[in-house]
Amino acid sequence: MPEVAVRELTLGEAVREALAEEMRRDPRVCLIGEDVAEAGTPFKVLSGLVEEFGKSRVIDTPISEAGFTGVAVGAAMTGLRPVVDIMFGDFVTLTMDQMVNQAAKVHYMSGGAWKVPMVMRATLGASRRSAAQHSQSLHAWFSHIPGLKVVLPSTPYDAKGLMKTAIRDENPVIFFEDKMMFKFKGPVPTEEYTIPFGVADIKREGDDITIVATSSMVQVALGAANMLEEIGISAEVVDPRTTWPLDEKTLIESAKKTSRAIVVDEGYERYGVTAEIASVIATGAFYDLDAPVKRIGAMHVPVPFSPHLEDATIPSEQQVFEAARAMCKRT
Amino acid sequence: MTTATNQPKSNSGAGSELSTERLLHMYKQMVSIRLFEEQVNDLYTRALMPGLAHLYIGEEAVAVGICEALNRDDYITSTHRGHGHCLAKGAAPDRMFAELLGKEAGYCRGKGGSMHIADPKSGNLGANAIVGGSVGIAAGAAFSAKHLGTKQVAVCFFGEGALGQGLLYEVMNLARLWDLPVIYVCENNMYNEYTHFSETTAGEILARPAAFGIPAESVDGQDVRAIYATAKRIVDQVRSGKGPAFLLCNTYRYKGHHVGDVNREYYRAKTEEQRWMAERDPIKIFTDWITGQKLADQAKLDEIQSRAKVEIDAAAEFAIKADYPGLDEVEEDIYA
Ligand SMILES: Cc1ncc(C[n+]2csc(CCOP(=O)(O)OP(=O)(O)O)c2C)c(N)n1
Repeated sequence: MPEVAVRELTLGEAVREALAEEMRRDPRVCLIGEDVAEAGTPFKVLSGLVEEFGKSRVIDTPISEAGFTGVAVGAAMTGLRPVVDIMFGDFVTLTMDQMVNQAAKVHYMSGGAWKVPMVMRATLGASRRSAAQHSQSLHAWFSHIPGLKVVLPSTPYDAKGLMKTAIRDENPVIFFEDKMMFKFKGPVPTEEYTIPFGVADIKREGDDITIVATSSMVQVALGAANMLEEIGISAEVVDPRTTWPLDEKTLIESAKKTSRAIVVDEGYERYGVTAEIASVIATGAFYDLDAPVKRIGAMHVPVPFSPHLEDATIPSEQQVFEAARAMCKRT
Repeated sequence: MTTATNQPKSNSGAGSELSTERLLHMYKQMVSIRLFEEQVNDLYTRALMPGLAHLYIGEEAVAVGICEALNRDDYITSTHRGHGHCLAKGAAPDRMFAELLGKEAGYCRGKGGSMHIADPKSGNLGANAIVGGSVGIAAGAAFSAKHLGTKQVAVCFFGEGALGQGLLYEVMNLARLWDLPVIYVCENNMYNEYTHFSETTAGEILARPAAFGIPAESVDGQDVRAIYATAKRIVDQVRSGKGPAFLLCNTYRYKGHHVGDVNREYYRAKTEEQRWMAERDPIKIFTDWITGQKLADQAKLDEIQSRAKVEIDAAAEFAIKADYPGLDEVEEDIYA
């Protein structure tokens, strides 16, 4: 086999490439949001798309999240495949009626007559020093709602493959990108590929403990796994990639194999994604577990501004390492 | 891009009813806000300030003209571009800087930062990082003022970008129905982030409040005397129980949307920026008027400026030296 140079893209570039490819493939795909055209969003993820696809498909809006999300719902029902852009995930709150009472329900309420094939791109993640209204990770809210699908890519590779699947899905999909990961690099093949929803990915194999992690927490988990290796603990890191649909089987099997599990997610720990996944594992792997499933999420506080306060609210490598060490009863 | 919609209207005479002392105080406030923001820019570029900084430079006349027409216990709500509003309403620069640097001595004990300065003592209900996020709060403050018969008014500062938010129309309707003492001050600096407002705003701005029967007018946002005179008249009316009002202030932000927004030419021309700075600078316009009226000479104004500079520098120094909050602070104040 000839050596193929592995191409590296940032997570932001991977998302942009997925969007561009899908827009080339399917003229029904359009982008709608604030400063998505010439500005390419404040994070510059969409730079260059308006030049290729024009203003009729890369559409700047007023600062009207509820309004343009509603437009996307209606447009999706009637023949388009809109991707709406919510620059800070905190602003999803403004779209909640459109997403929760409209988009999520239309297919079911109409007895399957209408479909809403739309994607909402939003960001999550703290540590940008942006304080309480620009730092939240609200993916659990959507994961709670039947009718919605929720995607949380943790690598450029996953981001591209999952975005393509999201656009081709016949349902409303919320796609959360960690805003601190846009510059994070990883290999992305040049060939076409998609990644199915509901299929977890084992990011690292191990035998002693399973660390389930989402989005940027996958990097935290991998860092902790390296630290654990140094003290002789072999950690398996599993990324569910979509919180709904959820690959319960892979999560349970991993926990059965290792007999211990920690779940790490940047959303609030209380009533959050970690709670759901821990419950899935506790139920499914009950007879094989040597310890209660441990959850590590964001502290139950609004995200504070002052840097070291903010850092204290987010799960850290050290925290995951210590929890794993304690569960494996090593000192 | 055009500045046509933001052309000044004549307002001869406004300000003459004010004492020289008061006028010079307004001058000092405007200069202090500018110096404050320049210092923020500096702190930010020296990486001493975390997060984002949205500077108010160029818009100083609006905050000062409006807040000078208010009582200390009148309410304001502010925005992501709120340093000017907070200072004009009476916040102290040292505690402002401390907040911007995430220090415990800050107005929010370091937990809010630049976009969330709040200060009950000066009637500041809070800056807000959600565009349009405070329009309900302002109406609510007006509701309680009316309900409790306190005679306070509430000023809701917002950028023209917030005209895109549906909540604004729900609360304007309520404010009119219930005759709430709230004044909507729309600061039209012409750009919603990186997009000219004409691309996001259908129809006439003033027709929107007018549709609810809310008296609405516009004023030259670079002329502090005009703003003050208009605000005074409106505040008196609103305070007397006549219900809400809407004031459109046409202005311009000199700098980027935030400090990091350096290459702006794809959304606005350098010549446009230069024209505003050269021809429509609020501090210069006021300076020319003060000296023209012989209320003070340039030397006197320079002295005021130097005094303001000493104060602002000392305030920044205080903040730099101040302590960060202890880690326990994270879990303080989640519930009252
Ligand atoms: C609901 C909401 N949507 C989007 C944003 C992102 N954002 C912050 S400031 C801004 C532009 C605001 O423009 P304007 O209201 O005119 O105020 P200016 O920045 O010009 O002072 C945007 C889109 C936000 N903070 N809140």
